[in-house]
Amino acid sequence: MADARGMVKRKAGLKLWLSGGWLALVVLAALLAPWIAPQDPLAQDLFLGRMPPAWVSGAEPGYWLGTDSLGRDVLSRILHGARIALTVALVAGGITCLIGAALGLLAGFLRGWVDLAISRLIDIWMAFPPVLFSILLIAVLGPGLSSIVIAIVVIDWTRFARVVRAEAMAQGAMDYVASAQVAGRGRLSTMVTEILPNVLPTIVVLLTLEMGIAVIVEAILSFVNLSISTDDPTWGGMIAEGRTSVHQAWWVLVFPLVTLFLTVLAFSQLGEGLKDRFDPVLR
Amino acid sequence: MSFLRVNGLSARLKGAGHPILRGVSLSVAAGEVRGLVGESGAGKSMIGKAVLGILPKAVEVSGGEILLGGVDLLRLPPKERRARIGATCALIPQDPLTALNPSRRIAPQITDRLVDILGWDRGRALARAEELLAEVHIPDPARVLRAYPHELSGGMRQRILIASAFAAEPKLIVADEPTTALDVTVQKQVLKLIAEMQARHGTALLFVTHDLGVVSKVCDSLTVLYGGLVVEDTDVRSFFAGPAHAYSRALLAATPKYTDPQASLTPVPDAVIRDVQAEVAAADRRARHG
Amino acid sequence: MQLLRAVLLRLATTAVTLLGVAVIVFVVIRVVPGNPIAMMLPPGATEADVARLTAQYGLDKSLPEQFLIWAGGVLRGDFGLSITARQPVLDLVLGRLPATLELSVMALVIACLLGGFAALTGTRARGTGGEAAIDVANGMALSIPDFLWGLILVLLFGVLWPLFHISGRVTPSLELPFTTDFYLFESVLRLRFDLWANIVSHMFLPALALAIPLAAIIGQLLKQSLKETMHLDYVTLARTKGYGENHVILREALRNAILPTLTLVGVQFTFLIGGTVIIERLFSYEGLGNLAIDAVINRDLPLIQGIVILFAVIFTAVNLCVDLLYAVLNPRLRHG
Repeated sequence: MADARGMVKRKAGLKLWLSGGWLALVVLAALLAPWIAPQDPLAQDLFLGRMPPAWVSGAEPGYWLGTDSLGRDVLSRILHGARIALTVALVAGGITCLIGAALGLLAGFLRGWVDLAISRLIDIWMAFPPVLFSILLIAVLGPGLSSIVIAIVVIDWTRFARVVRAEAMAQGAMDYVASAQVAGRGRLSTMVTEILPNVLPTIVVLLTLEMGIAVIVEAILSFVNLSISTDDPTWGGMIAEGRTSVHQAWWVLVFPLVTLFLTVLAFSQLGEGLKDRFDPVLR
Repeated sequence: MSFLRVNGLSARLKGAGHPILRGVSLSVAAGEVRGLVGESGAGKSMIGKAVLGILPKAVEVSGGEILLGGVDLLRLPPKERRARIGATCALIPQDPLTALNPSRRIAPQITDRLVDILGWDRGRALARAEELLAEVHIPDPARVLRAYPHELSGGMRQRILIASAFAAEPKLIVADEPTTALDVTVQKQVLKLIAEMQARHGTALLFVTHDLGVVSKVCDSLTVLYGGLVVEDTDVRSFFAGPAHAYSRALLAATPKYTDPQASLTPVPDAVIRDVQAEVAAADRRARHG
Repeated sequence: MQLLRAVLLRLATTAVTLLGVAVIVFVVIRVVPGNPIAMMLPPGATEADVARLTAQYGLDKSLPEQFLIWAGGVLRGDFGLSITARQPVLDLVLGRLPATLELSVMALVIACLLGGFAALTGTRARGTGGEAAIDVANGMALSIPDFLWGLILVLLFGVLWPLFHISGRVTPSLELPFTTDFYLFESVLRLRFDLWANIVSHMFLPALALAIPLAAIIGQLLKQSLKETMHLDYVTLARTKGYGENHVILREALRNAILPTLTLVGVQFTFLIGGTVIIERLFSYEGLGNLAIDAVINRDLPLIQGIVILFAVIFTAVNLCVDLLYAVLNPRLRHG
């Protein structure tokens, strides 16, 4: 047993290091983009359209990962795209987490009509196709960063609410909560001091996963051309453009896709690694 | 000629190597009922499991032989070993509530071995199953064959498992504490039934139990185990007349008597435990040097 | 009696859910900036033209009034007219529904096959490196959403090794003899296997993209419950009867292990159907999801409403079916 436990710990450690390392790179890219990007991500040059990456013959020096059909530098756009992706991940993930976890905590701990109302709301939400719902919201709100954040929050709060509600319910049934109640503590204060700390690890794991999802949602919205203005460098927008010219210039699709893939994978593996580490009984 | 003969069988935990069986030898002849007695952890169940090829994954056989009709099972390739065990042996499991597959009807659970392993045709196997259920005194066998396990009582399910064990006329049956999970009133009936079926079919029976009272009722001979080591191997009459080994005597003294259940029980004295543990250690030393 | 009450309660909550969905969509899309009517008319149309069309689509009334008129129509099976296509919404939606259903079901089948295979081989190889490899593959498949798998498949099998079509539902130049919109199904019925192959080649990649995450979930869950089942007494008993590992897994363990997996697969299948929206867009597949995105971009209010309601109905229907299937597969409930 001790052996197996050690192996899981090591695996979790590896997951955390690899995913944390990649995310650190993305954060660095986002912070330093204006200084390290070799070109202006918005500069178009029709004479330099669809130049291949540096190691393919016919490449243009200074454009390491090639150019898109408008002659914009793919590498610079990926670096600048990291800023939007991370902003969405942090802001949308954070707000979703706050709202969803609060509602889930209230429903799971207070029970009664609060739970009934919130559960019904969750049921209704679960009957919406999420992608369509988000596209609809963006159409209503108009394109822009804040619209994307609002759309993600509106759609994904149920992810937190569902899990936190169940967890809070389980914790609420434990003896230590009853004894806090007997000691004459108020319900809300019991919730914050007794339940919340026990649910917190779950919330942190969910938040990590949500950040990955937020990055994907932004990409999907850019892909259907509803995200930010079409000029701004977003990974999803680059992928959408790359998809249309995939037979002529694969690099326009491949590089942003690989970046997005690794980032989403890193967020989810970070979540998994944290889950393994946090969980006292080892899942 | 004994149908089952176990010679110097040793088994241990994989990896750590902690011994589970220490050179166990025993034999069961046709028509003989041999009790396998010991405290929990003495390895009595492991012997039955080793014979039937269902040792837990964490346990490995480290020496000895298991002769089934003269053929050493441990030398056979896995597929042949399985087929040989399936055709000649059967298990009466401990807990009737978990030993029947909840999502399959009773009939195929009795007939599957006959059809798949022994190649009977379905009709004949079904007729045989019905006959067997009648033999274990189940009323309306045709209805029971169509039922799912959850529709039947625990006692009924144990009867079905007994019938199923005898279905292929095995040469050897291993009964793994078949009465432990039942309540006392049902226990007696089930014991009687096993004894009755065994006598009628003349099967060799290896009866694993921790209950010397049960042994006195159904067994002809018995093997007492401690720490995976055979402490005593004798016939029932001389055992209950007076066991040869100090540990056996203590064990017998610690068993409640059916005749006088109120009589005070003596736990196995520490001195006896120390002695028998010394024997186990000596056996380990012999195994290391031999 | 108890069963009847359970069913009635279930139907009531379903009705509440659908009503909630309808109200939310209705309110949300009426906050859409930009006048969809103005977009329909050619430049130079007069105020009077706009007013006339607005009245024709009922957009001049108050919100609650509009909702009651619309809901009354829906109950009679009338979802209104699409603003862009100027056809009944119901016709448009039902015309596209078969394409999406075929895609979803194919994806579900692929997911069950892949996930089942992973779970069975993983159980067969438990405790070895084989199981670890399957766990890693499952973890990857699970972390990446269908949209990204779709793009990766486009690159791998549409561009690098162009084995499949990556755009559309069927090659447009083909003559289609079909009378229904269930192309895949009808091509089999008409024994037109040439068309069938073409349709499958179009459907395979989008279906696979949708299937991969679900396959991972099935694989993980089923393997876990299989492994738990493999320790149970009836499995051990089957081993003593002379059966080998494969037989024991397939006949004794599988059926009991499937039940816990099933309910979860139901919920996950609704996620899969939700995923068709973006996957259809990605593969230019002419189904409901693609229609929905066009409707949103064109501000086609009646059409959006109709599609969202239809999705909600499908979701709740899937959940209902899963519950029924669970009851059928579990003998304890069937006879209890």
